[in-house]
Formats: sequence, C-alpha cells, structure tokens
Amino acid sequence: MEQPQAWVPTDPRARPSRDQVVKGLKGVDEGGPELVQLLTPEGERVPDERFDRHVADVTVEELKALYRDLVLVRRADREGNALQRQGELGIWVPLLGQEAAQVGSGRALRPTDMAFPSYREHGVAWCRGIDPTELLGIFRGTDHGGWDFVGRRFHPYTIVIGNQCLNAAGYAMGQRFESRVGDPDTGEATICYFGDGATSQGDVHEGFVWAAAYDAPLVFFCQNNQWAISVPLDRQTRVPLYQRARGYGFPGVRVDGNDVLACLAVTRWALEECRTGNGPVLVEAFTYRMDSHTTSDDATRYRLADEVELWKLKDPIERVRVHLSRRHGVEPDFFEGVDAEADELGERLRAFCRAMPQPDPERMFSEVYAAASPQVDAQRAEYLAYHASFVDEEG
Amino acid sequence: MATTTLARALTDGLRAAMERDPKVLVMGEDVGRLGGVFRITDGLQKDFGEQRVLDTPLSESGIIGAAVGLAVRGFRPVCEIQFDGFVFPGYDQIVSQLAKLRYRTQGAVPVPVVVRIPFGGGIGAVEHHSESPESLFAHVAGLKVVACSNPADAHWMIQQAIVSDDPVIFFEPKRRYWEKGEVDVGATTLESAFPLHASRVVRPGSTLTVATYGPMVKTCLDAATAAVEDGHDLEVIDLRSLSPLDLGPVAASVRRTGRLVVVAEAPAESSVTAEVAARVQQECFFSLEAPVLRVTGFDTPYPPSRLEDAYLPDLDRVLDAVDRALAW
Repeated sequence: MEQPQAWVPTDPRARPSRDQVVKGLKGVDEGGPELVQLLTPEGERVPDERFDRHVADVTVEELKALYRDLVLVRRADREGNALQRQGELGIWVPLLGQEAAQVGSGRALRPTDMAFPSYREHGVAWCRGIDPTELLGIFRGTDHGGWDFVGRRFHPYTIVIGNQCLNAAGYAMGQRFESRVGDPDTGEATICYFGDGATSQGDVHEGFVWAAAYDAPLVFFCQNNQWAISVPLDRQTRVPLYQRARGYGFPGVRVDGNDVLACLAVTRWALEECRTGNGPVLVEAFTYRMDSHTTSDDATRYRLADEVELWKLKDPIERVRVHLSRRHGVEPDFFEGVDAEADELGERLRAFCRAMPQPDPERMFSEVYAAASPQVDAQRAEYLAYHASFVDEEG
Repeated sequence: MATTTLARALTDGLRAAMERDPKVLVMGEDVGRLGGVFRITDGLQKDFGEQRVLDTPLSESGIIGAAVGLAVRGFRPVCEIQFDGFVFPGYDQIVSQLAKLRYRTQGAVPVPVVVRIPFGGGIGAVEHHSESPESLFAHVAGLKVVACSNPADAHWMIQQAIVSDDPVIFFEPKRRYWEKGEVDVGATTLESAFPLHASRVVRPGSTLTVATYGPMVKTCLDAATAAVEDGHDLEVIDLRSLSPLDLGPVAASVRRTGRLVVVAEAPAESSVTAEVAARVQQECFFSLEAPVLRVTGFDTPYPPSRLEDAYLPDLDRVLDAVDRALAW
C-alpha cells in the first residue's frame, strides 16, 4: 500500500534555501519572483508593467528630494541611537535599513490621508511633516508623543503590537461612512503600519477581517524586516505574508522595501485602490532591520553577521545615490549639500534633546479624564503639596 | 411618567441619543437585524440604517478596536458586548487604547466610546454568561465605570454615558432587564437628570448603611423591607458610579449609622466592595461602631448555574451580615 506523502508547504521564502545554508546564511535576502522592484541595488531602473505608471511623473528633482528624505531620516535615526548611548534617551527604536519603505510609502500619502504607525515609523513621521525633535519625548520619557496627531493625521505611536490595525480599520470605516471614498482625486484613505511579528497577533487578523467586511479604504503596510526581536519570520508564517491577503479577499503585493521608488509606486497604487473604493490592500515591504530591535537589544545573540553584510549590499540609500549620479548626472555637490544638511539636523537634534526640561509633576495627573475625577484630583492636590514641602526644604 | 422595563428604558435611551447626535453609532454582535440577544437594540437598525447600527464581525477586540478608530474619526460608538464573560478578547483594546488615548495625547484625541456589558448572574446560564467583571475595569485609569439598577437610571444614564467625553464601561444588570419601573420622560431632561457619577440614597434609614449597585440594589431593598420586621431601619445607597466612586453620601450616612455593609455579586478580593470598605474606614474611622462587612460572590469562578443561588448574595445573606454588624 502506498504511503501518503507528508505535506510540505510550498516555498515560504521564510526558510533558507539549501544554497543559503551552504553559504552559512540563516536568513533570506531574496523576495521571490513576485517582488516589485523598480530600482535594483545597483541603481538600475528596471521596468515594471504594472507599477511604472504610478511613478511616471517623478522628476529627477523629486528623486533628489526622496534621496534627501532618506539621508535625513537615517541621520535622525542614528542620532537617536547615539543619544541613547550617551544616556540622553531611555531607549531608541532604530529604523536603520527601513528608510525606503517608510519614505516611499509616507511620500505617497496626501495630507487628507490618515496614518496609524507602530513605534518605528520615524521616517513616516518625517513625511507627515513631523520634526524629529517631536519624537524624542517618547524615548526620553517626557511624554507619550508630542506631535499634532489630528492636524498631521499621524496617530500616536502604538506600542502594543498590532492594536493599531483595528483602530485604523475603524478610522477607515469612518471615512467610508462619511462618503469620502470613491473619487480618485478627493477620496481619502488610511494607512496602517506594522511588522512581520505583528502578523501573528489576533488584532492584525481581525483588522483584515473588519477592513474587508466594510470595504474600508485601508492600506495595511507590513514592513517585513525579517526579525521580531530575536524570532525569525519562519516562526510567524508558512507562506509569504503578502499572500495572506488572498485569504481575506483583497490583494496583497510584495514590494522591495529597500527600493524607495517601488515603495512609492506600490503605495500610490494601493492608496488609489482604496480611494476609489477597492480597499483594503495589503502591501508587504520586504526589507531588513539592519540594527537591533531597540537599543536594549543585542542582535548579535541571535543572527549572523553574514546576513547583515548581505543586506548591506541592498542598502536603500546607496542605490538612489548611484542611480542619480550615473543615470541623471547629479553632481557631487548635491550629495555633499544633503550631508551637510544632515549634520545640521544631527546637531539640532542633540541640542534640542539635551535641553528638554524635566516634566512638571502635575503632568502626571493631566488629561486622565475629560471631566473631573474626584479621586485623581485629590491625589494631585495631595501629591503636589507633598512635593512642594520638599521644594521648600531645599529652597 | 411611563412604566417600562429596564430593557425598554435602555432601548429608548439609545434611540434618544441617536436622534440627538448623528455621530452616535451602535455596534456589536447581532445588534442590528436581531436587535441584540437581549433585544436592547430592537428596532434601531430599522430606523437608523446599517451604517449607524452595525452588525459587526464576531470579534470583540475588533468591536472595541474599531470603535476606538471610529472615535478618533469623530464618531461616538456605543458597543455592545453580548455577555460579561465575552469582553476579555476586547480587554486589551479597552486597557491599552480606549483608556489611555486621551492621556497619551494629552487631550488631543478623546475617545468617547461607551461599552455596554450585560452583567451578573441569576439567569441559569452556562459558563461565561453570569460574571461580574466590573472591578477589572474600575482599576484601570482612564475608564469610567457605571452600573444602572432600575429603568429610570437605565434610561438617563445610558444617554449621559454617550454624551460623556470619557470612555464609559456601562454595566447592565441582565437579570433585572425585565423589571418594571417608572421613567420620567416628560419633565426630566438630559441636563436635569440625576448626575451620572453620583451615588444616591434609594432608601433612607437610620440603623445601618448598605451600599450596593447593579442587580443587588433590588436585593438590598428587599432585605431592608424584611429588616423592618426586626425593627431595623436600613439606609440603602445605590453607588451607580463605580469609577469614580461617589462616597460622599456613603460617608455621610455612615457617620449617622456607624455601620456599613457593602453588597455585590462580584468576588470580594481586590474589588469595588474592597475599595468602598477601605475608603470608608479611612474617612469614617471614628464614626464606625463595627468593621465594614461585605456580602459578595465567593472568590471562585462562577459556579454551574444549579449552584448560583448559593453563590449569589441574597436577602438572607444580606440580613445575616446586618445582624453581625449590629451585634458587634
């Protein structure tokens, strides 16, 4: 009698191939045949029948602007890391390596669109017009977010993994209920950021279900950076993440997350789908977390340096620089100018951070409730009097 | 004045709130076409449409999480959780997002969401359908927690909760849904109705103070009636608001009576009744003639329903505690 063959999942692209094992690589650096790429790591523009039209209007000046975004976002990120090392910040959450995914998608948004970040989206914040100084309070411990959440349409950072996917689904449902969906020019959409680890959370699954059930104009933008702290992608999924969308009844696209032009094109397409009523859409930006999960983490404990070296060859900034200089003859003085600007930004961030005042103890009690709470009010009065008694003694 | 059931008073209150503000949405499992398993939202979808009364996916985290997003967008969602024991998949969203968004954003992003939860036992139900989880919410900063006990309060408190800019966890005593009472829908208005976050003396008395809420209010009133035969004149206070607590009337009462019994269906440990006891002894230390006693459910999971009559505080257990307090 013939034995049934053991079922083996088809190419999950989350496990190393034989060749990679032989090469000593644990992780994966190839996005597979369906990866959307417009700029190769070598800076070559490659055609894409489906997505080219979404960036056909991007001029050299705009490409230069994207390059500037990438460099400045990276500098802000590196300054954040350094400020933590110097003891100025309690923690920093680095985005190193994910600049293109964030800038490409962030620059696809319109002011009327809404964005729900997780906690690593400093590059998206930049694209929403939020100064990097406004991010520092969270990591220095002076506030839980210091930007204009409503005006910038950039929700507070969500730290509990995956929660924001449902909040974004609700917001996008609201856009539909208010009839802001249908017109490609005036339509609104929402984008929600989360990582590969988050896809194992129930809230992300429920977010997919809800957005689909209500045809919500919501782009689920998953930055697959291959690692959920120390846990590689193959512990989260058997199939490539973008393919999960099909099970929920909406399209999923995997884009080269280190290719800012492809991220811009794919996100523009996804937002247009949503604006015109064809949402939701899942975009998986295939990228890599070049640094540790946070400054409290040590990635050398769980992944090989070879893997990081391999991804360095796919750097999101370098390919744009090469493309600009080789294909468009952009002169070195442009790049030097951007570097100088980055230096200024770094200096400004450092100075701002060091001058950030200690929050007043009253801040602890503020805005717990909209209406007065006798309990909190009493504790505030009692503590402030207690606190003042020490100030008097010292003074 | 109109005589109506507590269930119907809630329906009418929801209807009034939806008529008052087009941003008010009702959402939950089976709340639309069916009108909810307890029929509290009966007829609302027919009158307000599917975009204001949402039959949602079967997903409690989704109900709360989406409501938060809708509130960020400017809506005022009223969520129904079908039964007390089903709220826990949504507990993360309630604690992590609903309770904290205002504080996180220092008032820039209010989330005026109401979460309605039918709670408590006494209906012979299977597991997860008879719980009293109110203390798990009262402990969370940023949430307001209330429990109605009669049709008039149900009618006005649900409307007050909906206009509140704070998130409100709204507990409904499911075994009292069919109790009738008078609701003043003529002279009383939303503005003139008894305040949401205030406790109320529902039976004045002089011998001993009983503080309670939700389904136990009726039980305690019945106990007070029975106690008259023994010559005891109990003062019964309906706490109504569990967070914030309004203990002024309780303290004032205890200063007169010197004795307090706190009654609730929920287990005793780390509970609303514990909070009341701790704060009243702090406030009224020199007025107390006896320790504050509590009559509660036991510190066990809710038992199989054939045992719930033993688990739930009843008239006799309340009177037993009254006797012990008086004999101190």
